[in-house]
Amino acid sequence: MVDPPLLDVRDLRAGYGAFAVLHGVSLSVLPGEVVAVLGSNGVGKTTLNRTLSGLLRPRGGSIGFAGEEIAGADHAAIVRAGLVHVPEGRRVFPNLTVRDNLLLGSYARGRAERAQSLDRVFDIFPRLAERLRQRAGTMSGGEQQMLAIGRGLMARPRLLILDEPSLGLSPLLVEEMFALIGRLRGEGLSLLLVEQNVMQSLAVASRAYVIEHGRVALSGTADALSRDARLRAAYLGL
Amino acid sequence: MTRGLWIALATLALLPFASHSQFVANLAMLTAISAALGQAWNIAGGFGGLTSFGHVAFFGLGAYADAILQTRYGFTPWLGLPAAALLGGGVGWLMGLATFRAGLRGSYFALVTLAFAEAFRILANSIGITGGGSGILVKLHTSAGNFQFADRRAGYAAALALLALATFAARRLAVGRFGAYLMAVRENEDAARALGVRAVRVKSAALALSGALTALGGVLYVQSYLYIDPPTAFSVERSVEMLLVAMIGGAGTVAGPLLGALAVHAIADTTRSLVATPGVAPMLYGVVLLLIIGFLPGGIARFVTRPAHA
Repeated sequence: MVDPPLLDVRDLRAGYGAFAVLHGVSLSVLPGEVVAVLGSNGVGKTTLNRTLSGLLRPRGGSIGFAGEEIAGADHAAIVRAGLVHVPEGRRVFPNLTVRDNLLLGSYARGRAERAQSLDRVFDIFPRLAERLRQRAGTMSGGEQQMLAIGRGLMARPRLLILDEPSLGLSPLLVEEMFALIGRLRGEGLSLLLVEQNVMQSLAVASRAYVIEHGRVALSGTADALSRDARLRAAYLGL
Repeated sequence: MTRGLWIALATLALLPFASHSQFVANLAMLTAISAALGQAWNIAGGFGGLTSFGHVAFFGLGAYADAILQTRYGFTPWLGLPAAALLGGGVGWLMGLATFRAGLRGSYFALVTLAFAEAFRILANSIGITGGGSGILVKLHTSAGNFQFADRRAGYAAALALLALATFAARRLAVGRFGAYLMAVRENEDAARALGVRAVRVKSAALALSGALTALGGVLYVQSYLYIDPPTAFSVERSVEMLLVAMIGGAGTVAGPLLGALAVHAIADTTRSLVATPGVAPMLYGVVLLLIIGFLPGGIARFVTRPAHA
């Protein structure tokens, strides 16, 4: 028995103005699975995220989420359905407190769930609990990234899209970030991990897609891809 | 500390009632209207980051709605209040939808608001119902039913009521969910949308609320001075004063516009009484404002209160 995919993207096309970025991307995420989307700068990873979360209207193709078609749906409805996107570059709200940043993730949910979600986030990120009343912009880069992910978790996602969570972090914090992703996987959360950090991503993901020029160039299990000669040549210089 | 500040402001607000001087009452009323308009601007410009240069558009619409309803159609001026609020709110909402859907932000938004105010001024100058360039004179007939008061202290009380209403709205923003959405959109619109916040709707609603409150200020103006014409109704100076009051006091804080109005009026009146030579007082006023903006970028409130939502 194979579960139906939680996320089922087929032939997705998107772009800005006259400029096409995605030329038909197909990928899927099964429930409880961590799937990596790999590729260097400018191949369309961020456009893919923005299209999946409804911030950008797709130009063609379909996006199935939990059995519903969400291509072209309103971004607020997509969040309520449980597809939550943590944008790249630690986009916290710098002049709001840590607490308000977190609560903003959960207003789509009820009051009772909010307190529960806060406890869960504090359990994962004890440091955030100590800084509740601090302005988010005064925290370190690593802490802001944790806050951005914590804020996404507050929305109780069924699928969390992480856009380059290791970007700009020190090597030690990158280790911590991937350990965290491993922990979330252990809790059964489905994750779409969009990264440039190929080896670390393949270590936590079960499957991966490599995107080049707006198309899926390679895909397969993480094990197979980490032995793939083309991938090693292109991204690792081996 | 914050509580002490509010007690001090409330005490200060009550003082003019103890004086029988119409001069003091008039000064107090003008300061309260400034504070109320600054607070109304602050709801969109401070909490929402929607820096409007043309907020006087709402003020003028409210003033004309009130003046036209009573002089042309014989309605009671009390009807001017809800009519102005609806008109200001409606125009704010539509202006928001039109500009935010088009993706205009920052200085582009500021220029569009400026253009709106100028367009309304030209319109008021050229159509019949506003009396064109000669304006509208409201007949003097002081009575409570007519919303005209012989005692300026009554006008001051009305201005205080509007200030209280606007400050209550700002307070709700500072602690409530809608305000959190609004500030999140100000801080980072994309991240807010990724959390499911409908940014265009939130910003338009803030502009509508701000526009409704500003229009009420226009009604109070007409009921106090009984005359309105296009340059007064839609003056750029008044737009600038609204944003100065909010920014000097502290944009995005609840107490900011109150402190800002006190500071702006105190500076203006002090410079006016210190020097008699024409032209020197406004210049001195400008220099003091520049110094405040240069050395207190967050406004006065940053020194006396916590940031909103803290």
